[in-house]
Amino acid sequence: MPGQFKKVRRPPENWWVRSYLPAILQGLWITARHFFRNLFIFTAHRFGLLKHVRAGVVYQWPEEPRPVAPRYRGRHRLLKRPDGTPRCVACYMCETICPAECIHIIPQEVPDPFIEKAPKAFYIDLSKCIFCGYCVEACPEDAIRMDVFDFRLASYDRFQMVLDMETMLNSEPSVPYK
Amino acid sequence: MVRTLWIEVGKALYLFGGLMGLAAILTWLERKQSALMQDRVGANRARIFGLRLLGLPHIITDAVKLLTKEDFVPAGVPAWLHAMAPWVTLTVACLPAAAVPFGHVLYWGGQAIELQLMDMQVGLVYALAIASMAIYGVILAGWVTRNKWAVLGSLRAAAQLIGFGVVLGISLIGPVLLYGTLNLQEMVRWQDATVLGGWLPRWGIFFQPLAFLIFLTVGIAETKRIPFDLPEGESEIIGYFLEYSGMKFGAFFLADFIETVVVAMLTVTVFLGGWSVPYLSADQGGFVWPWGAHTAVPPVGVTLLQMAAFWVKVFAVCWFLLLIRWTLPRFRIDQAVRLGWQYLLPLSVLNTFGTAAVLLIRQ
Ligand code: SF4
Ligand code: SF4
Repeated sequence: MPGQFKKVRRPPENWWVRSYLPAILQGLWITARHFFRNLFIFTAHRFGLLKHVRAGVVYQWPEEPRPVAPRYRGRHRLLKRPDGTPRCVACYMCETICPAECIHIIPQEVPDPFIEKAPKAFYIDLSKCIFCGYCVEACPEDAIRMDVFDFRLASYDRFQMVLDMETMLNSEPSVPYK
Repeated sequence: MVRTLWIEVGKALYLFGGLMGLAAILTWLERKQSALMQDRVGANRARIFGLRLLGLPHIITDAVKLLTKEDFVPAGVPAWLHAMAPWVTLTVACLPAAAVPFGHVLYWGGQAIELQLMDMQVGLVYALAIASMAIYGVILAGWVTRNKWAVLGSLRAAAQLIGFGVVLGISLIGPVLLYGTLNLQEMVRWQDATVLGGWLPRWGIFFQPLAFLIFLTVGIAETKRIPFDLPEGESEIIGYFLEYSGMKFGAFFLADFIETVVVAMLTVTVFLGGWSVPYLSADQGGFVWPWGAHTAVPPVGVTLLQMAAFWVKVFAVCWFLLLIRWTLPRFRIDQAVRLGWQYLLPLSVLNTFGTAAVLLIRQ
């Protein structure tokens, strides 16, 4: 027989272990414990008691916001200069590196000789974006960040999934909590 | 005569209404209980007039969803044959309950009403016979839809249900020998007593623990749910109802829950004292506590307490069956069949002989 293989010898078990009964009882004990613990705490919550103890581990989104880690990559945001114009110089770094090819920039001339160009339009198609964050890493001007922690990105129409420049310029960064 | 007819109709409505209601509640309980066991919250989004009621409206939304879905019939299949399989399954699942006593005797208007739908001497045999017919609906479903996976599901169901059906019968011979009757009402009457100086209820589970274990295992297998859900095998073959949609699928799904309730009813009747309440005795007119005290209860109160106790016990066993279903992983088909033929069958035969020997010696 080609290749090498190792035969694993299972240690012989006695009949009590092989009847599965102890393992089944152990499993039932664990699940029943969880059941009664959560039942008790949920009931207590109904009466306004033990509010500081969590029952279950799920968040009742959207009523209950979910904690987001600071490193979370959320929706994109374009940063502004102090005078309100976009920081972006339309260098195409982000558009070039984007693996999903979902960034589209239309550049325009600016009168300021110290600024190369500025975007006239800046689109990110979130229906294609894979949230890799490469655009943020590639940007030489720190003009784009992904710190809008809004994950309600679903929509009924794929054209609504395209972010335009105004939206991205006017979004506020989210403050990570917890 | 007319009055008797109405009483019979009333009893049937009571029993099957309770059975259907409990099966409907189980669809909700299954979600909520599994959620609590897995540290989740469970279905809670459907609401009536803004009330969420712990997710209970999901029972209604499910029914509405199933009723309004497309009713798909595969090409080249006679529609009536296709529609027959779910109804055969559903009917057969309900029928064994008819032999189960849900109370003792209710004295009403100078008439003694036996709280059992069919007072048969061979009640247990009837229940097992009907339960073993469940295979017809399953085989029909797989066979008429002309789908390989559905046929595979049916074959597995046949292998499983026939194998476990044998054990189901033999595992109950021990209790039958002990009670000396096949009448389910008589069995409960036998258990409606106490032993050990009045401390321990004389329930079958204390005398036939092995039979109880085997019967419960086989009962779970008969409901075709995890850990014995091979006929369905969601992750591999989808199973015998693959070509069913809408309420026809719903019928199969509901039948599984009804079978769960019926298995719970039989377990309660044969092993857990049926309608009998521990220490409550109709002859003594109330509770006779083991330490000698006596609490008087009027006869109607005794009967009502017993009828309530039956449902409480059935509900508790259903809860336990769901606990098992959400705890254990699934068997492989060869493991399940080997478990049935090689381990449970000899064990149940052994239990039968053991019981017979003990009864013979004590005679
Ligand atoms: S996160 Fe990645 S995929 Fe999305 S726009 Fe930036 S580079 Fe493209
Ligand atoms: S990399 Fe930065 S500066 Fe360059 S186009 Fe993208 S956002 Fe603008």
